[in-house]
Amino acid sequence: MSAVADRYQDLQDLGVEVISVSVDSHFVHKMWNDHELSKMVEGGVPFAMASDQAGNIGRAYGVWDENQGVELRGRFIIDPDGVIQAMEVLTPPVGRRIDETIRQIQAYQLVRKSKGAQATPAGWKPGEPTLKPGPDLVGRVWEVWNPSMET
Amino acid sequence: MAEVAIGCGRVTATAGDDMPTNGRDRLGSERAPQEAEMMATAGQKAPEFSAPAYHKGGFTEVSLSEFAGKWVLLCFYPGDFTFV
Repeated sequence: MSAVADRYQDLQDLGVEVISVSVDSHFVHKMWNDHELSKMVEGGVPFAMASDQAGNIGRAYGVWDENQGVELRGRFIIDPDGVIQAMEVLTPPVGRRIDETIRQIQAYQLVRKSKGAQATPAGWKPGEPTLKPGPDLVGRVWEVWNPSMET
Repeated sequence: MAEVAIGCGRVTATAGDDMPTNGRDRLGSERAPQEAEMMATAGQKAPEFSAPAYHKGGFTEVSLSEFAGKWVLLCFYPGDFTFV
């Protein structure tokens, strides 16, 4: 979670609020923040660390590991209408990459701002060309995009 | 997020179909397993939830609905003090 906390300002600049969830109590969250995370991230964790001791939120989001009684590394991007636009679930041993999460948020924000008039090709980053879905694009994506453009 | 008084009951979160429709008192209450679960799906409404939380030095209650109109990044992880 320190990786997310470290990029919190970037997320705030994009108008994104963060909530983290685990089965630990909110008291343990405080201990983890005070004793470890605050040593990794200046000022400690700036967002709400929610406690889901019975796994109710985890079940509702499909990230509950029944056998181990913990939550998988589920990451959900929720838009201002409360709709899940992207989700990613990793098993515990592998951590996430926050850069990719931020890239996806930027892409979804662009799509939303264009009211769906624009879409982003594979590997798109801010500033790169977007696609304009429509009859003219069918069969002609190759003219405006190809895999070698992915950076 | 409202500051929450610290009690001795084991507080936990509520989510999806299990959200209380009236009242907020769920301290120490017995909870039955959920039958019809609301499952998160991309392109669909995110399940509402409410949970006790630690936030900037205080204990609060956080819910998804309080961020309505904003982008939200929701991150689950296996446990505090894990190393990944």
